Amino acid sequence: MNKTLIILKHEFSRTLSRRSFILMTLAFPLLALLAIVGYQATQGLWQPSAPETTTIGYVDQAGGFDDYTSQQDVILVLQPGEDEATEALLEGEISQYFVIPQDYLSTGLVYRYTLEREVEPPGKVKQVIRNFLIGNLLADETDSLVVERAQYPLSLNSITLDESGQIAEEQGGFAAFIVPYIFSFLLIMAIFTSSGFLMQGLGEEKENRIMEILLSSVSPRQLITGKVLGLGAAGLLQVIVWLISARFLAGMASSTIGGMLSSLQIPTDFLIISLVYFILGYFLFAIIMAGAGSIGASARESQQLSVIFTLMAVSPLWFAYLITSNPNHALVQFLTMFPFTAPVTVMLRMGLTDIPAWQLVVSIGLMIVTIVGLLWLVAKVFRTFLLMYGKTPRLGEIVRYLRQA
Amino acid sequence: MKGAIAAVAEVGNIVKTYGNRSVVNDISFSVSLGEIFGLIGPNGAGKTTTIRMMMDIVKPDSGEIRILGEKLDEDTKDKIGYLPEERGLYKKLTVTETLNYLSALKGRQPDNIRTEELLKRVGMLLHKKKKIEELSRGMGQLIQFLATIIHDPQLVILDEPFAGLDPVNTELLKEIILELRGQGKSIIFSTHQMNQVEELCDRILMINHGRSVLYGKLVDIKNKYRNNSVLVDAEGELGELDSVVNIQKIGKYTELFLDDRTPPQKVLEQIINKGIVVNRFEVTTPSLNQIFIRVAGESSE
Repeated sequence: MNKTLIILKHEFSRTLSRRSFILMTLAFPLLALLAIVGYQATQGLWQPSAPETTTIGYVDQAGGFDDYTSQQDVILVLQPGEDEATEALLEGEISQYFVIPQDYLSTGLVYRYTLEREVEPPGKVKQVIRNFLIGNLLADETDSLVVERAQYPLSLNSITLDESGQIAEEQGGFAAFIVPYIFSFLLIMAIFTSSGFLMQGLGEEKENRIMEILLSSVSPRQLITGKVLGLGAAGLLQVIVWLISARFLAGMASSTIGGMLSSLQIPTDFLIISLVYFILGYFLFAIIMAGAGSIGASARESQQLSVIFTLMAVSPLWFAYLITSNPNHALVQFLTMFPFTAPVTVMLRMGLTDIPAWQLVVSIGLMIVTIVGLLWLVAKVFRTFLLMYGKTPRLGEIVRYLRQA
Repeated sequence: MKGAIAAVAEVGNIVKTYGNRSVVNDISFSVSLGEIFGLIGPNGAGKTTTIRMMMDIVKPDSGEIRILGEKLDEDTKDKIGYLPEERGLYKKLTVTETLNYLSALKGRQPDNIRTEELLKRVGMLLHKKKKIEELSRGMGQLIQFLATIIHDPQLVILDEPFAGLDPVNTELLKEIILELRGQGKSIIFSTHQMNQVEELCDRILMINHGRSVLYGKLVDIKNKYRNNSVLVDAEGELGELDSVVNIQKIGKYTELFLDDRTPPQKVLEQIINKGIVVNRFEVTTPSLNQIFIRVAGESSE
């Protein structure tokens, strides 16, 4: 059998049997499933208890406020005077009361009395009092439908159209934002799990000196190709597990939880782009990690060398606010096309806006060029540094070796 | 074909320089079928670099290496078993997994029967399912040695194979090495502990500072560097002897240095004629260590 293939199989099966890898692969779908099931279970517990009726007292000094006293689950009870109202409040007959003063019409002032300490009156109470006031003010002026519209003037339903004027598949909103956000995290995790294993493996092989045995059996190129592909295959498997379960879970979440998650769905083109950027991102960072792994004297030193690239990869998350509020900003376009920040930026942008095709093409093209260039560079030094034990070479030495090679 | 590949390994004028440090400078040698060849010299002499070039891990700046008559490429790696000086194994793999994986990397299908035979030979069959990290240091070294020969290579290169081994395992390893020679394999020993290989090696190459200083049959080299002296353990005083230029007492032995024309028999004759009882009479041969010190001294002058 081809030796590259033997290494590939070995690395793949060894990664799959790693406890941390299994945990990470399963943790995301399991947690999401748990959240959905947990939500349903708690919903089931809360649903049966009938909504409690709140009784609010009011003192009408202005006069004429006696309709619309029953709204939803709130009942408004007219109190003869402030003293009686206070008494009823202390006895617990009413939860609170408000006073409509004589000069209400000219000032709009209403006094509310409650036993609770609150930062601000509850929105629901405000809404109830407001509707009560509007209703009574307009009751004699116009018909009930207009009164109702004055109380609830707007129920906004916005629809995003695509270029052809059809209703777009993605409608934006919270769900559209949360999915790319989660995905960009997962993408980073998948890329850095696999490429991290790669670097760790190389570091260990250097540290425990098995490297020389390996290199006396296979060429450095076979070794690195087998490793990159083997670990990449494991990472791809992880991503596919996540994507499939994400699609499944998204459907489940939107049908059971509803509300703001009702439009939660993961379009197919999003899945494809995710896969493309996982593969490209993995290769890019795997090659860098392989370089760092071959240069560093130990797994820990390699880690330190690679930190700067890890930071670059996650840096778009620092600009998450800019990306969400202004997805077509020049800086965001730059981050989309710069190879080290592209995977995460594209994930974040995709849910919010249609990324122009030319930007995606440039972004993918630049990534491929960078990958090929880095591969060429790393292959040159790989052989030299793999057998350099004990010390991490300085930057100057690395440059010198690159020149010599 | 066999005649054509009498030399298992041929190394011709290889040179390797790192920066402006010359590590290997014009070294040549060949290793024949079924011989044990010693590559000896002090630490830093260039032994490991020479071996790495034979394994195609490091490329020589100039010179040529042929293994079994072929130029170095990925296939020649499969024909050599190499036990590096700096060596280790995957801690998490079991003994069998380790041997099978390393065998596959050497282009030989993992073969459990051979793996078990080898484990049995070193008395480790019971440990085959253990992880490497559970083994003692000595056991780990035995596994490394087995990994070196698992693919049945024609040429075995051992870099400091006895370092850190206890006497029992050292003997075991020597036995196996002699068995391998009996099967017609060639073995290259690389070591700075020169006395350790004296009893095993047929021929040697001695290098110092990257240069070849001695090359040939061990017997010839020892003869060449003989002091022309004899060790005598006799009862009573030896008295005056002809042709002896110097006498030195070493414990209960007496070392007699002869002039260049006199063979040792002449001296023995004289002693016997005197009626002295001789318990031991031995022509001294210098150890490789002594030869090295002499040669290194000469070459640095």
